[in-house]
Amino acid sequence: MSIHAKALFALVFAAVAGGAHAQADLTSSTIFSSGYSFEEKDGESLYQGICQGCHMPDAKGATGAGTYPALAANPRLAAKQYPMVLVVNGSRAMPGFGRALSNEQVAAVVNYVRTHFGNQYPDTVAPAEVQALRPKTASTGEE
Amino acid sequence: MSSRSAPRAISRRELLTLIGSVAGSAVSYQAMASMGLVSESNYKGPIKLEGNPKGASVLILGAGLAGMVAALELRNAGYKVQVLEYNNRAGGRNWSLRGGDTYTELGGFTQKCEFDPGLYLNPGPWRIPYHHHGVLDYCRRLGVALEPFVQVNYNAMVHSTQAFGGKPQRYREIQADYHGQIAELLAKVTQQKKLDELVSAEDQEILMASLKQWGALDKNYRYVPGRDSSERRGYEKPPAGGLSGKPVYSKDITGLSELLKSELWGSIGAGHGYEFQTTLFQPVGGMGRIGDAFKREVGDLICYNAKVIKIHQDRKKVTVTYIDPKTGGAPQTATADYCLCTIPLSVLSQIELNVNPKMQAAINAVPYEASVKVGLQFKRRFWEQDEHIYGGISYTNLPIRLIGYPNTDYHSAGKGVLLGAYVFGPNAYEFTALPPAERVKKAYEYGAMIHPQYKQEFETGIAVGWHRVPWTLGCAGAWTEESRAQHYDDLCQLDNRFLVAGEHASYIPAWQEGAILSSLDAIQRLHQHVVNR
Repeated sequence: MSIHAKALFALVFAAVAGGAHAQADLTSSTIFSSGYSFEEKDGESLYQGICQGCHMPDAKGATGAGTYPALAANPRLAAKQYPMVLVVNGSRAMPGFGRALSNEQVAAVVNYVRTHFGNQYPDTVAPAEVQALRPKTASTGEE
Repeated sequence: MSSRSAPRAISRRELLTLIGSVAGSAVSYQAMASMGLVSESNYKGPIKLEGNPKGASVLILGAGLAGMVAALELRNAGYKVQVLEYNNRAGGRNWSLRGGDTYTELGGFTQKCEFDPGLYLNPGPWRIPYHHHGVLDYCRRLGVALEPFVQVNYNAMVHSTQAFGGKPQRYREIQADYHGQIAELLAKVTQQKKLDELVSAEDQEILMASLKQWGALDKNYRYVPGRDSSERRGYEKPPAGGLSGKPVYSKDITGLSELLKSELWGSIGAGHGYEFQTTLFQPVGGMGRIGDAFKREVGDLICYNAKVIKIHQDRKKVTVTYIDPKTGGAPQTATADYCLCTIPLSVLSQIELNVNPKMQAAINAVPYEASVKVGLQFKRRFWEQDEHIYGGISYTNLPIRLIGYPNTDYHSAGKGVLLGAYVFGPNAYEFTALPPAERVKKAYEYGAMIHPQYKQEFETGIAVGWHRVPWTLGCAGAWTEESRAQHYDDLCQLDNRFLVAGEHASYIPAWQEGAILSSLDAIQRLHQHVVNR
């Protein structure tokens, strides 16, 4: 973690340390997580809380100076390892979410994307398979 | 007066020359440092690119601060310079959204900024520490007027939904009570001889005096209601004039246990950080004034609406292929002897480019952070009028994380714009994933829990989620110690005719100073290469 990111983390964490639970949203089912891990549980809320920020609500991606690839009808999702590795480790501009998501959450969101938006892959990812991607000295998600 | 000079003290320059000639430059440097002539920053004042570039040309990609610093300095040094910029404006992340501006983010979500004239949101950088000498010096050289940015406001709020029944507390009171009771505690254990092994008797005496001063303790080393504590946390009835002027000391000190459990001590430390220590600055009229000033200098070199799709270098030149991002059309090319690329790595990693594999690996190794800012316009400046909060920041454990008050135009009778949310981490993803209007609504709803006046006074807002910004795909490069150790030097090398600059090529990521120092470092190395070839 860079010096600045450390400082930033300390500030942000200090400011959020008081909250024990996700803030219940006031007017809709939007989840705001309280710490440095995401609290969305099922695939749909994980997609809507994280992925659609870049890959868009319809999963068709978007293009500006660079591109967020479409996840809708994306043949690269045929191999379940591919989205699993990307979610855990990131790739290029995409941050890795390994520290901020549990094995169950990674599995849930990968399974969701691979069975929605025109994707229909019958095989599923199990949390244990996500665990296998993590370094042997598994991070707890805490810095 | 006699024409003969009176004996005078040796000048610094003479002394340094003497020391340098006798003992070598290392000693000279130390001597300079001890004389206070070496600043802590690596910014050494206006760059001097001496030597003849012999007609060399440089194509700069990106008209943010890194790109425009390079354009300004390289042209001054005699280079032929051209700049390609994706947007239809200069400045990059140096950016202020003002009334009348339209902003379309990725996904096609369009917002029209409806702020009153003179009001703005800085979606990106909003403060300049006093030791960001590069940014400050360009502000000086380009005539960008500065005003103080208030980081710490003792009368702003610290707030937690888990403490004090959700009621916001004054920064001043929490800090005074926290420091006071920590000091009292330490004084007690000192008096109980529990520090005898750690602190000498002589030092204990000094420690007691310092604790008394630091914590506002009374003569018995207690933090209790009275003049000392009221002079820190404020009075129940402050001193005033005439017959009604007698002060009443404040009595409602929060006990240590409640303070500790409140975790509000976590919200009183921000101003201690090196990057947040007084004095900080902001440009008068919005951060975007810096970009405007650079544009005034180098705008004639910039080709707008140019989306780079390919960068190719060979033994003789660099060729960059670009298209109009809105209309498409036939690809065009620009060529130069060298290319300085300030395109964010989130975008550059997707552009066809022939560089050595190590540099390409470095370009691919840096993910981009999520961050969100929301600006909210209110009918009146209730934070000043009702709560005497003049600038600064309130902190909260709500998803908005903070509320920033305008550090300008105090007592203006007109409207005002608050920074209604500044979010990193998971909440930044969650905010970004919402439609812009929903982000504004959430900032409004959460902010109203700190300032109920929101409900009466709110008018309009605008929200920027940096992962949806079309030209950066994120707010800043997220290096880790590991990725930096593995890739940073490879990223910053001159590769044949190509090199990069920007905050991502600095040790001050996400700060404008990083972009500027990176650019100066890059063009210095490029210039050395050119004049020595």
